[in-house]
Formats: sequence, structure tokens, C-alpha cells
Amino acid sequence: MKHQIRFKVNGDEYSVAVDPWRTLNEVLREDLNLTGTKFGCGIGDCGACAVMLDGRTVSSCLTLAVSVDGKNITTVEGLAPSGEELHPIQEAFVKTGAIQCGFCTAGMEIAALDLLSHNPSPTEKEIRAGLSGHLCRCTGYNQIVEAISVAGKAMTNGRGEEVGR
Amino acid sequence: MRLPKFEYLAPKTLESALSSLAAHGEGAYLFAGGTDIMVKMSHGRLKPTCVIGLMGIEGLDGISFHPKDGLTIGATARLSEVASHPDILKHYPALAHAVQVMANVEIRNMGTVAGNLCNAAPSADTAPPLVAMGAKVTLASLKGERRLSLDQFFKGPGLTVMERAEIMTSIHVPLPAPKSGASYMRISARCGVDIAAVGVGVMATFNGSGCKAARIVLGAVAPVPIRALKTEGLMKGRKWTQDLIIRGSDQAAEEAKPISDVRASAEWRKRMVAVLTRRTLEEALERAERN
Repeated sequence: MKHQIRFKVNGDEYSVAVDPWRTLNEVLREDLNLTGTKFGCGIGDCGACAVMLDGRTVSSCLTLAVSVDGKNITTVEGLAPSGEELHPIQEAFVKTGAIQCGFCTAGMEIAALDLLSHNPSPTEKEIRAGLSGHLCRCTGYNQIVEAISVAGKAMTNGRGEEVGR
Repeated sequence: MRLPKFEYLAPKTLESALSSLAAHGEGAYLFAGGTDIMVKMSHGRLKPTCVIGLMGIEGLDGISFHPKDGLTIGATARLSEVASHPDILKHYPALAHAVQVMANVEIRNMGTVAGNLCNAAPSADTAPPLVAMGAKVTLASLKGERRLSLDQFFKGPGLTVMERAEIMTSIHVPLPAPKSGASYMRISARCGVDIAAVGVGVMATFNGSGCKAARIVLGAVAPVPIRALKTEGLMKGRKWTQDLIIRGSDQAAEEAKPISDVRASAEWRKRMVAVLTRRTLEEALERAERN
């Protein structure tokens, strides 16, 4: 029996009928065409499928779609809702050369969003701990760590300016 | 990867979850964080006909601390909540450490302590510190509740004393005694993300003349987390000198019964039991001196 679920993704309300055995990852990618979120290992090791669920990063491959009824989800598409202007995290990834093949990028940026929202100026060690569930098979870790540090500074300054205004 | 087909139930009360569990029999499985069951299902090792989601049950996710009774962790409280809870950080640092170093951010945001215990992996990180601290678990069924000591809970890899119709509803950890200290340390190839190759949990209480009581629990070196009883006997009633701590560590390595697997060889595991036992004994002593 299909379950009718209602949930928000990047601020947009969706109502979808889903089979109980389908994962959030499958529903995001196949039903909502939000293919920015990747499917990697399928067992919660690689982080490519990470999304924010009510403000916490989770693995969408280990989340049943039926369980997100009434919840709020942010995917990488939600970082740049206009589709034109990049989020400071994305800008920093581009600027520092933190994107190679790009497969891990969506998960890395979601992890960065989670980390920076709790800790706006993390140390290198804290960044690495925050990324411990994310694999980059191009092994571009140094640039990714740098990108998050740069993004943290940009976001703090951005906020400072806003407060100043 | 596709999951096998199953029916999904999201009960709002414990009673309704227990009724569903009893009604669906063999094919029914409980789902809290899902981080273990999803992997087992996607590997085809588990084919439930019915999955009962526990996350919507009200009141099952609480964490409460009372200065007299100690700590109660609800079955659906997430590992990340346990890891950052101020009372757990203050009074139960060994448990806080265990949940801080296990898995990764995503898994800690999903998984639960109860799930870690009920899946009964010999390497479960929360088991050694909780057994060392004398934790009890509450198991509910339609017949009522029973509370049992965690060191009576595990029967083998993936096996516990729980009956099919039971749900673990909470974990209770007594208030640490004055002049006591606890510690948990684990070792694996790639720090936290990997499953622990060896984990050691210790809790010890001291008085003026030496150690009054000690519990030393070894993880991932036997089919279930085991108490190193001979080591406990050796450490009890004595002053913990550096020499005694080293003798205790060697004794713990003797008591470990590890196997060789993809994560580590039996011989290396034994040596690491000695190393981690020494370090946890030292940390527990240090913490006790501060308490």
C-alpha cells in the first residue's frame, strides 16, 4: 500500500504517494527530479546522499521516504534557490578548486552547511571531523577543508555586514 | 539497490507498537534510526514483511538526569543528542566519548543507543561503557515491563535475550558513586568512521586505601562485550600503582578471546586490549581523583 506523504523540500511543499520500501534518496532523485543529491555507497559510509532533515544532516539512502512525512528537507539545490546566485559555500568550493569530479560535492556542501550553522569559524580539525562521513575519491580533501574555512569567514562577514546595516 | 517490499507502520503510542509487533509475528522488525536495519535490508540479509517505525512514539526520545536516580535515555533519543547532552558530558564522560567517536555525523544524527545495543554487534561502542557503569535496560511487552542489567543482555553476535514481542524503551545508568571514574576508548583503522576493532570500558570506585570496586569491559574481542573478571579481581582492593595498572592490562589481554577478521588479527587485538586497558584504567583513576 502506498503512503501519501507531505513534506517540504527547499521550501517547496510536496505531496507524494510512496511505497514504504522506497528511500528518501530514491524519491528525491526519481520522483522530484532533484538529482543534485547523489546515490553513492547505499550504506551510510560515503556521504554523497547527505541532506538536511529538520536541520540535521542525515544519509538519504538510509532514510525511508515514509518517515519524512511532515518534515523539512534541504538538498544542495536549496543552497542556490534562484539557480543563478551561488551560496557562499558553493562560491568557496569553486574558488578554492574543491570540486574535481563533483560526485561528493553535494554531500560535502550539505555537511559544510550543517557544520557552519553550529560553528561559524571551525578549526581545521573540526572541519575534518565534520566531514568524517564523506569520501572524496578524487582525494581533494585539502581544498575541501580550505573551502569550508573560506566559506565560514565569508558567511560570518556577510552576517556582520547585514547586522551593520 | 532496492529494498525488499514491506508494509510500514508508524504507531503513535508504545501500546500500539507492541500490539502491531505481536500481531505481525516473525516478519515484523522495529525501526528507530534505521542505520543498521537499512543496511541489512539493502544487502538482502533481512527481509521484513512489516517495519514498525518507532520515531513517532511520543515520550520515547527523552533524556533525563536526576541527581539521585541517575540517567535515563529513551529508546529513540539520537546518538548526537546523547553526545552533546550537558548532564551526560558532565556526569558520564565515558558514555559521551563513546557516542562522540562512533560512526560519523550523519549516522549519529539518525542512530540511537537502544539500536546500537539491540543490534548486538560485538563491537557496539555504547556497550562497554554502559556495562561498566552498571546500566540497566527496560524491555516492554504487552505483558508488562522488565528491567535487566545490561551485562545479562547479550547472547551472541546479533543475539540478545529480548523476546520477539518486546521493545527496549529506555536505558538507565545509575548515578556515579563519589570518588569514581569511568573511561571508554576504542581503536580502529580509520578513527571513528570504522567499526571498532577493540573497545575497552572501565569504571572504578576508590576509597582512602585503594580501589573499592572495578568493572572492566572488553568490546569486539569476544562474541559479546565481556567483563574481564580476573582483571577486575586483580584491581580490586589495591592501590592502583603504575605497576599494578600494567599487570592489569596484561591480564585483560589474557582474558580477551578475539578472532581474526577483515578489521584486525586476533594477535593484534590482544595487544591492543592491553594498550587500551592501561589507558582506560589510567583515565578512570584520574577522573576519580577529580570527582
